[in-house]
Amino acid sequence: MPSYKLSVNGKAYTVEADEQMPLLWVIRDLIGLTGTKYGCGIAQCGACTVHLSGAPVRSCSFPVSAVGEQPVTTIEGLSEDNSHPVQRAWIAEQVPQCGYCQSGQIMSAVALLTGNANPDDEAINAAMNGNICRCGTYPRIRKAIKTAASYSH
Amino acid sequence: MKPQDISRRHFLRQAAWSGAALTLAAYMPVNGQTTPVIVNPVTGGALQGTELMSWISISPAGKVTLMCNRSEMGQGTFQALPQMLAEELEVALDDVEIVFASANPEKYGPQPQEGSFSVRGWAPRLLRTGACAREMLIETAAAEWNVPRNDCYAENGMVINRKTQAKLAYGTLVEKAAKLKPPTDVILKKRSEYKIIGKSAPRKDIPLKTNGTALFGMDKKLPGMKYAVIERSKRFREAVKSFDDSETRKVPGVSHVFKVKRPVFSQYCEGVAVVADSLWAAMQGRKALKVHWNDPDFDLPNTASLEKQMRENLQKIGSHSRFEAEYGPCTQKLEASYETPYQSHSCMEPLNCIADVRPDSIEIWGPIQEANWIQADLSQRFNIPVERVAVHMTFLGGGFGRKAFPDYPYEAAFISKEIQAPVQVIWTREDDMTAGPFRPGAFYTLKGGLNTQGNIHAFQANTATQWIGQEWSPTAPGAPEAAGYNTGDFEGLLHPYRQGIPHYSFGGAGTHTPIPVMWWRSVYASTHGFACESFIDELAHLAGKDPMAFRRAHLPAPRYQALIDRMTELTAWQSRGKNQGWGVAFTECFTGICGHAVKVTRNAEGKVRIEKVIALMDCGWYVNPDIIRAQVEGSIVMALGAATIHATTFEDGKAVQQNFDIYLMPRIADIPPIEVHIMENDEKPGGVGEPGLPPFAPALANAIFDLTGRRIRRLPFSLDEIS
Repeated sequence: MPSYKLSVNGKAYTVEADEQMPLLWVIRDLIGLTGTKYGCGIAQCGACTVHLSGAPVRSCSFPVSAVGEQPVTTIEGLSEDNSHPVQRAWIAEQVPQCGYCQSGQIMSAVALLTGNANPDDEAINAAMNGNICRCGTYPRIRKAIKTAASYSH
Repeated sequence: MKPQDISRRHFLRQAAWSGAALTLAAYMPVNGQTTPVIVNPVTGGALQGTELMSWISISPAGKVTLMCNRSEMGQGTFQALPQMLAEELEVALDDVEIVFASANPEKYGPQPQEGSFSVRGWAPRLLRTGACAREMLIETAAAEWNVPRNDCYAENGMVINRKTQAKLAYGTLVEKAAKLKPPTDVILKKRSEYKIIGKSAPRKDIPLKTNGTALFGMDKKLPGMKYAVIERSKRFREAVKSFDDSETRKVPGVSHVFKVKRPVFSQYCEGVAVVADSLWAAMQGRKALKVHWNDPDFDLPNTASLEKQMRENLQKIGSHSRFEAEYGPCTQKLEASYETPYQSHSCMEPLNCIADVRPDSIEIWGPIQEANWIQADLSQRFNIPVERVAVHMTFLGGGFGRKAFPDYPYEAAFISKEIQAPVQVIWTREDDMTAGPFRPGAFYTLKGGLNTQGNIHAFQANTATQWIGQEWSPTAPGAPEAAGYNTGDFEGLLHPYRQGIPHYSFGGAGTHTPIPVMWWRSVYASTHGFACESFIDELAHLAGKDPMAFRRAHLPAPRYQALIDRMTELTAWQSRGKNQGWGVAFTECFTGICGHAVKVTRNAEGKVRIEKVIALMDCGWYVNPDIIRAQVEGSIVMALGAATIHATTFEDGKAVQQNFDIYLMPRIADIPPIEVHIMENDEKPGGVGEPGLPPFAPALANAIFDLTGRRIRRLPFSLDEIS
């Protein structure tokens, strides 16, 4: 089986995996970081969202062989202590209910705010429409993104 | 807070019988009294044959631990229960740690997490437990100081001497307090005295859900654990005829392939399990598997035939003669039919479960809504004494009723027993979405007749659906098979309509199909509510009356008058705009009453869009208003999906929608602004997690009628197709 060198949350890992194995299962089952979730396996729900070089990707449909040199960031890599502005905003607005989709929601929101410090509703819709929340926390997600944006002003 | 799995024995060893901590338990007496009994296990009490619910313990360090026998799937139980305890115990909310209790009906009482029950069911016990502990600590301190009890009061984890201002922390008192008998005459606080209950407080599980550390079933691992996936029949209730696993066994890591079964009500569904060292290997092995299925011995259901059957069944219900005698002479009459589809729960966390079956024990870990049922079911099916079956709950990535069913733990136990090792069974999204049980579709015919004043004289609602009770037995009394007269209930319909309407009739017919069905958030109210509140609106228009005023005229009870008055005020109903559509609906289920008002407008492209939703919840006495708002917001989103976006349909004996590419979900851009308001009154605590869902669909349909003159009588419908 091929071997891959990965940088995940700033740490170097070497994993042996089938080249088609999605990054999601590498992160969860080989590396052991379980904050990234499986929701659909076909890049429709966004629960598996991680960053590759800062850009959001659906790790359930992204083969490990395509990662290359790009650093991977997962929910666990945002901060040591829930101090990332998006995490703080998520707590301040009491966003999660069941919480299962929220790692993916947060990773999408972080990527949005990295490229757009002050997103309007349209920008939020565009960036967050790939993430499903069955508990229906969308109103609070919208609010929390605006709150997170306000923290850096 | 650190939610962790902890056995009761471990808990007690650390707490009660160390003699150093104050530990109390509460149970409801079996004689039907409504006041719970509080027991101190050190001084003894009637522990046998009772349903103990919660154990609380205060350690010498002053730490308060609450063993939570409720599952947490996002509904805020982990916040509401500590709030109730902290209020009467007089400690800060942060001083209460909550831990998951494993299934043990004798010690904790039933553990189902459905029926929107956490607060309304357990408030009396937690309040009284907290108050008893507080009184025992005060009594201990008073004895210490040798002063009358009334010279002392408790605040913020301390007993304080009013006269000297001396203070003793709870932790220093617990050893002596633990030797006291709990008082039987505690006085609970008045609502006006509350400092914690009734206020929004941040949920303790939320920080775990923003950094990836919350442990869901999917995330749990055991040493030496194997992974399994199951090739399931696509058609309902097909049996395995044979399978070819030659390619599967070539996949590195695959260790076992064998036939498995899963109990679905009174039947078993078959499949072929692929067990491997990793989930990925198991999934690859499953892809390589070839299974031949036996044709089931029934007509393969499809949506068109199901709907035809339900329409025919509606005709068979007939009418009650006494109802007809009242309805017949009415001068203004209306009949209408409403149709609602099957739906999948589709929790974001697909089903999964870990089992470790030994010759004389079973241990289960998973996202579980119904720990006791699972414990009893496994005990019976595997012939292992119930006390040797442990069911451990993780966080649930959504539940909505689906995770209150014991099929998926059984499957894991079946496989673990076969391979003699712990195993985690993971359902793919496709497995989860197509296997059911589903929310049943339901079809309705309603009839209404008005009197000369334009009020409802006679009202009939007949239902054809797959009654959930009939899943266990075709003859189970799921619902009336004939129409009654001034008797029975129609889940979702506000109760006082039965006083405001002189002649009413509810009838039902069961539709039998091989499709498994079960409860889905708000159960029958999720579809009944659409039928009854759309029809009430139609009758209002028939009478030429304002829909809000029309409802008010039929709901004489003061609680409901107040609800409608408040909604009138919140919506500025009298002065709502001319080119807007406003619709309102009120429903009631699980003792929660909720109204929604929906405002729709036509945009520049001529499309109808939802501009705003105003929700008004009356759940009586409540604990945490922010959790109520969150639950109602979420219910509206879920209802919006079920009303305007998705449905489960069947072709050739299979569910058509297998994943989120076809079973589309509401997304952030689909969600209008939502305002949630809460009624303030002193009614008993009511449900919150489910009652916020049913009024949305009828309120939206009524708003569309108001704007366009078009009646929506079938769900789901596309907003894009309304003009």
